[in-house]
Amino acid sequence: MSMDTHAHATVHEHDNHAHGHDDHDHDHEQTFVEKYIFSQDHKIISRQFLITAIIMGVIAMMMSVFFRMQLAWPGEKFTMLETFLGDWAPGGVMTPDIYLALVTIHGTIMVFFVLTGGLSGTFSNLLIPLQIGARDMASGFLNMLSYWFFAVSSVIMVASLFVETGPASAGWTIYPPLSALPEAIPGSGTGMTMWLVSMAIFIASSLLGSLNYIVTILNLRTKGMTMTKLPLTIWAFLVTAILGVLSFPVLLGAVVLLIFDRSLGTSFYLSDIFISGQALEQTGGSPVLFEHLFWFLGHPEVYIVILPALGITSEIVATMSRKPIFGYRAMIGSILAIGFLSFIVWGHHMFLTGMNPFLGSVFVFTTLLIAIPSAVKAFNYITTLWKANIIYSPAMLFAVGLVSTFVTGGVTGIILADSALDINLHDTYFVVGHFHIVMGASAIFGMFAGVYHWFPKMFGRMMNNKLGYVHFWFTFISVFGVFFPMHFTGLAGVPRRYYSNEAFAIFDGTVEINVLITGFAIFGCCAQVLFIFNFFYSIYKGRKASQNPWKSTTLEWTTPVEHLHGNWPGAIPEVHRWAYDYSKPGKDDDFVPQNVPLTPGEEEH
Amino acid sequence: MMNLLILLVVVFAIIAILRLMKVYELTAELKGETEEKVKQKDIRFNAGMMIGALVFIFGFCIFQLVKYSHVILPESASEHGVDVDNLMNFNLIIISIVFVATNFLLFYFASKYYFRPGNKATFVSHNNKLEMVWTVIPAIVLSVIIIYGLTTWNKITSAVEGEAINIELYAKQFDWTARYEGKDNVLGSYDYRLTSDTNPLALVTEDKANNDDILVKGEFHIPVGKEVMFNFRSRDVIHSAYMPHFRAQMNCVPGMITNFHFKPILTTAEMRKKLNNPDFNYILLCNKICGAAHYNMQMDIIVETPEEYNKWLAEQKTFAMSNVVAPVEEVKTPEVKVDSLAAAPKDTVKLATK
Repeated sequence: MSMDTHAHATVHEHDNHAHGHDDHDHDHEQTFVEKYIFSQDHKIISRQFLITAIIMGVIAMMMSVFFRMQLAWPGEKFTMLETFLGDWAPGGVMTPDIYLALVTIHGTIMVFFVLTGGLSGTFSNLLIPLQIGARDMASGFLNMLSYWFFAVSSVIMVASLFVETGPASAGWTIYPPLSALPEAIPGSGTGMTMWLVSMAIFIASSLLGSLNYIVTILNLRTKGMTMTKLPLTIWAFLVTAILGVLSFPVLLGAVVLLIFDRSLGTSFYLSDIFISGQALEQTGGSPVLFEHLFWFLGHPEVYIVILPALGITSEIVATMSRKPIFGYRAMIGSILAIGFLSFIVWGHHMFLTGMNPFLGSVFVFTTLLIAIPSAVKAFNYITTLWKANIIYSPAMLFAVGLVSTFVTGGVTGIILADSALDINLHDTYFVVGHFHIVMGASAIFGMFAGVYHWFPKMFGRMMNNKLGYVHFWFTFISVFGVFFPMHFTGLAGVPRRYYSNEAFAIFDGTVEINVLITGFAIFGCCAQVLFIFNFFYSIYKGRKASQNPWKSTTLEWTTPVEHLHGNWPGAIPEVHRWAYDYSKPGKDDDFVPQNVPLTPGEEEH
Repeated sequence: MMNLLILLVVVFAIIAILRLMKVYELTAELKGETEEKVKQKDIRFNAGMMIGALVFIFGFCIFQLVKYSHVILPESASEHGVDVDNLMNFNLIIISIVFVATNFLLFYFASKYYFRPGNKATFVSHNNKLEMVWTVIPAIVLSVIIIYGLTTWNKITSAVEGEAINIELYAKQFDWTARYEGKDNVLGSYDYRLTSDTNPLALVTEDKANNDDILVKGEFHIPVGKEVMFNFRSRDVIHSAYMPHFRAQMNCVPGMITNFHFKPILTTAEMRKKLNNPDFNYILLCNKICGAAHYNMQMDIIVETPEEYNKWLAEQKTFAMSNVVAPVEEVKTPEVKVDSLAAAPKDTVKLATK
């Protein structure tokens, strides 16, 4: 609490003294540790989230290349695997246990650490105060805690890779009893304990962050910034944060009960189990309870991942098309509709768990409804491009790529949402292909778009465009190359999480598809080196950015390039118009910033 | 030595790239170019590439359709599976149209409306009529999909009409056992605490109904044209009984019994003929991650005429007959040594063989 007031005090002081001062003054008051490590400044925290997420992303991506190699060339010896996996890949062939562990940790890191922590953490932190016109988050201290909880949980998750019995291996959904019984799989020993502890801390981080985002958006908007003048990024972040606050605690509940089952002998999820020559005491519990609790978070979670990406895309598509986003209010409406519906569809992950088929029907209905607001969003993006004046920055390429993957992956969701069709496609590669395109690729495209677009705001320098273009086209090609063929293997009935398909003659035809997929995966992985190089090189050596490099209307570009605590050296700008006055008739420039008053007789939009 | 060489190559490559970047930037600076003012040449290049993207996506799709259509599951071997396939084709046609149309519009616009100096974008903020159109049309299409889908689902999950053959499929790490009712048409009771090497399905020996039950491993038989009701049970973790050719799947959950029923319509012999593959077999496989040998937990399914089926069934030993300790029968185990397998108890019951 006292830290909290302290943060506000500095901000106010700043308000009073900033005029005419050299802004470096304040930097001198802070030690290195205060400024860069335990920082309460949202801009620094956002960079911390981003860099942590990039490191986690690289780890998870390497894992995916490893297990793709096993799938394409099962039993083949790779010295590289022995180098990285040691005893888990004796002679360069990974064991089935480590295969499952890699799949599990790849999923966990990508979903939670990269696309939830990384995406929301980076861009909510960076953009919320800057775009709504606030000096900082409502609570800088909680914000700092949010990052450090995230950092600690990341460290624990990575540390679990070095446990002797291996990291958690029950799939990222960690269904008990597999995740509860070390006798069932070695990864359910210490590795799973660390997974659970890491996730509990991650949830705390996510809650601290989300509460802060909500309070900041609702309370700290600058004068004139009504809810309907907010850029769509902020609407997306707001709904994302609300989803997080409502659903993550349920996952915490699920995790805590699982910890009880594992260590205290309770039977929430366990019943009538005989394993390792022993009948367990536990009776009366049900793994289906865990599935309900898990997916009550798990489904909103995919929207927690995709909504910020869609918000970022809305902003970039409008800015780089030099055209207002089409149907601003419909976009808000669809974000809200998606947010609401995401809470009543979780059962579509459970059609085949033995759940009552009638209940399944209800979930079919609600799930397919989500296609409507999603379609509205896709069509609105496409219409925004119509008769536009598109400038292709790397960010814009990724934004266009996102719309394509969102549609391409979205339509196969219509198949999977149909319970009758899910019978034969459930847990096959069709599902893997579907969610990697619609959620994985789209969200990561949104994240790349955001990084390229707001890099000048984060680091005061520009990323190299040429490298960005090559990065995009290589990534785009590999996304389709990797995930589209998976629909075919899925339709062939190949189950996911299989260490090898050699045991089944009926899958012999899919061998060459797996080789093709792995080829694209390795290509895509190499393409990311371009991004990582560009990112770190540009932080130090990139060309200096000007204040508003993309000629954008939103408030973040009215702040000076040099970061200062409190964001604006003088008074916070007042907002007079919506965020999308691009190419407005009767104006000389093709953009009018939000803080420019309406001229007499000018219509709003 | 090799590693050192690789390291050196990497280091030099990085230095070379850094130098190149420097040269690129210096020349750009001399020409007065900046990254934020995107070059017209680059804009045009990327706009052109948008058509390239379209060609790539659709071309790749066609390539796969031509090349990989044969790997897709053959026609359904069960009655409800035919409905499922029809529903699938109906949905595939709709989503293919949406996929092609939206991607086409997206990349076409993206390529056509690129920045030209002096040009101004058209200021359109919204159009209620248009937005209504693309809210209502998807809603109507989805209503059709929902109604068609749910009708099929209700048909599949509704109770069996008339008589059905009851079979229990018992899952454990990492194999399957099928149990038939025997002459009394009752699956006898079980208690998980009774699980042992000699009684792997934990059947209550005092229960007379168990005596004539038939336990088989490796493969199980079902008659064509008869409704078969499967009762799924699991010993240890969640498994999922997946029979892809019959469009059938259901999780096996410890602590509860789940069900799925279907009517096979093509015998194994008929399917072998259709596929022109004399070695073809229907399979049951595990489709829920269950441990190290998850990828090799399978059982063959033989569909035959009722006469053949009855004959086969009559040849099988009943639980009472086979309840004698006999040498361990090797089940298919994965080639890779798996530590956790050692923990799993070995079944010593002499079970029906292939």
